Amino acid sequence: MKYVLMFADNEEFAAELAAMSDAERGRAYQRVYDWFAANSDKVTYHQKLQEPETATTVRLGGGEPVVVDGPYVEGKEVVSGIAEIDVADLDEALRMVRSWPGCPVVEIRPLLSVPSAPA
Amino acid sequence: MTTGPAPEADELARVVREHAGRLAAALIHLTGDFGTAEDLVQDAVLAALKHWPEDGIPERPDGWLFTVAKRRGLDLLRREENHRRKLELLTWPPREADDEPDERLRLVFTCCHPALTQEAQIALTLRVVCGLTTAQIARAFLVRESTVAQRITRAKQKITRAGIPYRIPADDELAGRLAQVLAVIYLLFNEGYLATSGAPQSHDLADDAEWLAALLHRLMPAEPEPAGLLALIRLHRARNAARFTPQGHLVRLADQDRSRWDHEAIAAATALLTRAARRRRPGPYQLQAAIVACHAEAARWEDTDWEQILVLYDMLLHFAPSPVTRLHRAIALRYVQGPEPALAEVDALAGQLAQYHLLHATRADLLRDLGRADEARAADRRALDLTTNPAERAVLRERADGGLSRRPR
Repeated sequence: MKYVLMFADNEEFAAELAAMSDAERGRAYQRVYDWFAANSDKVTYHQKLQEPETATTVRLGGGEPVVVDGPYVEGKEVVSGIAEIDVADLDEALRMVRSWPGCPVVEIRPLLSVPSAPA
Repeated sequence: MTTGPAPEADELARVVREHAGRLAAALIHLTGDFGTAEDLVQDAVLAALKHWPEDGIPERPDGWLFTVAKRRGLDLLRREENHRRKLELLTWPPREADDEPDERLRLVFTCCHPALTQEAQIALTLRVVCGLTTAQIARAFLVRESTVAQRITRAKQKITRAGIPYRIPADDELAGRLAQVLAVIYLLFNEGYLATSGAPQSHDLADDAEWLAALLHRLMPAEPEPAGLLALIRLHRARNAARFTPQGHLVRLADQDRSRWDHEAIAAATALLTRAARRRRPGPYQLQAAIVACHAEAARWEDTDWEQILVLYDMLLHFAPSPVTRLHRAIALRYVQGPEPALAEVDALAGQLAQYHLLHATRADLLRDLGRADEARAADRRALDLTTNPAERAVLRERADGGLSRRPR
């Protein structure tokens, strides 16, 4: 089954990262690279996103589309990266995420799959 | 096919519970579709509740439920030839290899999956494992039937769509997942035993909780915590006959007629707890059971081994620190070190438990011990404002009015 992992940062995490020395930060990043390497058989795609300040949101549906600066939801937690994984079930996804060494919040969302035709 | 006179409601519930979960497990195993299989069983249960009160409980209730579910399934799966063919071949009872674990264990773990809300876990467990109907669950929790129905529908959709597996968790995740299952069963027990709402219940949830704990213990005999929870529930229930006056007033532990306790059940539950403790893997349920056992084994209130109870509370706090447990520990502390240190402990918890009636009731007791009668009455009134349970309210009202002589708690 395919899921997308949505990695989210919050202010505390950003502050923690900013307070690190270069060497510490390097080690923190290394742990994340190691995690992706260890799970490379399950991760089909992954990508870090640029900062939320770079986001642009477009709201459609009420006449002229409205273009706004920033992410679509103003919250303390902002999505900072995504990964698509292919695993047996939610428990396997949970097992992977439990050992995630990066940002403090991860949402696991199943991809919509078109049901196969009856056999 | 049918025998006997019209069955009582609890007899019906017992028979359904014994078979519905097993049937659901078999059908899920067969079709691989949790939602559909569960619907079929629910239909069969509803049919049973309609026909059995008039016709009597069939000689083979499991076969009866199976036949109804199968007929309905064949109808429903008309377009899914694959499942239909498998269902046609299914006979009852299913042939079980001796070393094959009871399928219901998977059912329990799926229903109590952490990716579901606890409310959904409770509703699903009652419906799928215990065979309760949506209406029965709604009545037991005093919520609208449509609310329960929606909870169950959402949970079943989540199981299917989010890929929640139908299996027993792997060893490295078993401890955490088992704790979740035990929490659901304990919550059910509390709901039934204390009946916070005080409404007359058509279905005894404490009965379901004991049955679930027994099932879990039977299916996981090497795990000490299910045994601990089962002992805890049985120790509480062994005192049932002495808990209320004939008028329905709650009788406090200190005032209960101990000759009316079920001493045989207490001995059996204590033995079960002792066997579990031999595995030397203590946990919160074994410890709580041990505390209740200390009370249950005291011939008189005065004989209560408070020092032992205090030690057990310290251990319990180590496993499961919670302000409510600290409050109970403070009650034990009163009998070991006196009311003053106990009151200091209780006051330290006042911020966290400001809305909890037992905090104020305990404060009232301690203040009375210390001769501070006016403050004690004020605390009793606060406790009264915070509880909705009619039996508990009656006790508190009497004390707040100052009518009752001082009684040890």
